[in-house]
Amino acid sequence: MTLMMQVYVFILAGFVGFLVIGKVPPLLHTPLMSATNAISGISLVGAIVAAGGQHGKVSTILGFIAVVAAATNVVAGFLITDRMLGMFKHPPKKTEGGAK
Amino acid sequence: MFLLRESLGFGSEAVATTIMQATYLAASVMFILGLKSLTRADSARRGMQQAALGMFFAVIGTMLNQHILTYQWIMIGLVVGAAVGYPMAMKVAMTSMPQFIAFSHAFGAIAATLVGVVEYRELTREGALTSGLAGALGFEVLFGALTVTGSFMAFGKLQELITGRPITFKGQNAVNLLLMAVAFGSFGYLIYNPMAAWAFYGVVGLALFLGISMVLPIGGGDMPVVISLLNSYAGLAAAATGFAIGNNVLIIAGALEGAGGFILSVMMSKAMNRSFGNVIFGAFGSAPSAAKKIGEAKEPKTITAEDAATQLAYAGSVVIIPGYGMAVAQAQHVCRELHELIEAQGGSVKYAIHPVAGRMPGHLNVIMAEAGIDYGALLTDVDDANRVLGSADIAIVIGGNDIVNPDADEDKSSPLYGMPIFRPWTSKVTYVIKRGKGVGFSGVENPLFTLDTTRMLYGDAKNALGTLVKEIKALNEGH
Repeated sequence: MTLMMQVYVFILAGFVGFLVIGKVPPLLHTPLMSATNAISGISLVGAIVAAGGQHGKVSTILGFIAVVAAATNVVAGFLITDRMLGMFKHPPKKTEGGAK
Repeated sequence: MFLLRESLGFGSEAVATTIMQATYLAASVMFILGLKSLTRADSARRGMQQAALGMFFAVIGTMLNQHILTYQWIMIGLVVGAAVGYPMAMKVAMTSMPQFIAFSHAFGAIAATLVGVVEYRELTREGALTSGLAGALGFEVLFGALTVTGSFMAFGKLQELITGRPITFKGQNAVNLLLMAVAFGSFGYLIYNPMAAWAFYGVVGLALFLGISMVLPIGGGDMPVVISLLNSYAGLAAAATGFAIGNNVLIIAGALEGAGGFILSVMMSKAMNRSFGNVIFGAFGSAPSAAKKIGEAKEPKTITAEDAATQLAYAGSVVIIPGYGMAVAQAQHVCRELHELIEAQGGSVKYAIHPVAGRMPGHLNVIMAEAGIDYGALLTDVDDANRVLGSADIAIVIGGNDIVNPDADEDKSSPLYGMPIFRPWTSKVTYVIKRGKGVGFSGVENPLFTLDTTRMLYGDAKNALGTLVKEIKALNEGH
């Protein structure tokens, strides 16, 4: 993939980010931050390739640490986001389905 | 995994790559939809669960990558990461959310930085390192390493492992600027000569140092901006990783986080009446502008819990303005008890939540939601809240200070001047629950406390509210 294409993707995704995230109400700013944090744990994908590439001992060790760190980021990030969002309740809708 | 990979299209690289790319595309779409769902509290949870599923797809898709030769360390790493992350996420208290997020930022950034180092090692060995790639890698480790130490510093300050007060020394800004200049210089040289390993590792080292020195002078109350900024940096590091390894889903996810963090830091700066630059380089509050005299000030009027309880029991509408102090005292649950008692008496209760109340954006909303308070009662827009305050019988300020300081409206010389604030004095009477006669984190005196319609209720937020609850209950039994 050429650099120019990557720049395209980056700029367009940035725009989507501004448009979508700009509409998130202050009520949910904390979950928003943990959500974007969890999503950027996607570095995990890069870490997996680094750890499994058999590029020698040092690279494998560094890759392994990267996998642990990124996996922690992803798991903790999504779980805490879910936990927080589960706390936001509005009674009229609470009557049914609010299980768990 | 190998078998799975081989059985799909007989190990054809093209097929595996197509499937991998499809999972990345699906993940990107699910991430965006997940964030979109956060615009509404009732759809948010499901949307983010879908985003998590997207992440799962992306991880599975990555396993098909032909460059992966061994799965052993990947699997162990994933298990260890999950084992560390799960209990962390399930146990953390909502009050500690900012520390937790800082910690999580650091972890993501560690991964991005290490991936950058591994890539650099491999590419230099293969002699395949172009200037473009070196630029991407340099950017990745610059923002990655900066986020790692910056986040750990923020974590330390929030957790009070190190002092929450700004740590400053003479020429600090000059030192930071110099560090930054050298880091960018090395970065520039790396692009010019990608094989210069010293320049690459120099960028890593300098960025690590820069992360520490940048957060050092920033006080606890400014943390909402810092956390947002680190959020943005973590995103940029992830996006740079995507550039370096040619992976779109990383670029997209990173750009989303970069944008989100940026929006939040701008919003937070505005809500604190500060410019970005001022937060980073200002260290305001470090030299307490205690020049303001307390001498001429009137003594604040106090009220007993008993009297306050009587008033509250018969109040038609009450607005509670919680600050970080309330969260620290863990008073949110007893606050809900009070809320329920007032409602049982026929009154209405709303909460005015300031954008910067707490230690991260929206922090107090989560704290109140945790206590089981309906989010419909949370007024998060400053103007809306002020309208409601204007017709309220009683406003109760709990553990907040700067967000209710009238100087922001009236005193042009005040550092708070122009900051969007709540105006509890427009309601009939204001109760301020406060530990003692101190000043807010900005070090500014608060004239609200000495207004004729203000009554102070000194004490720990939890105890004070507890007493109010007890008194109202006693009143009810007396009937």
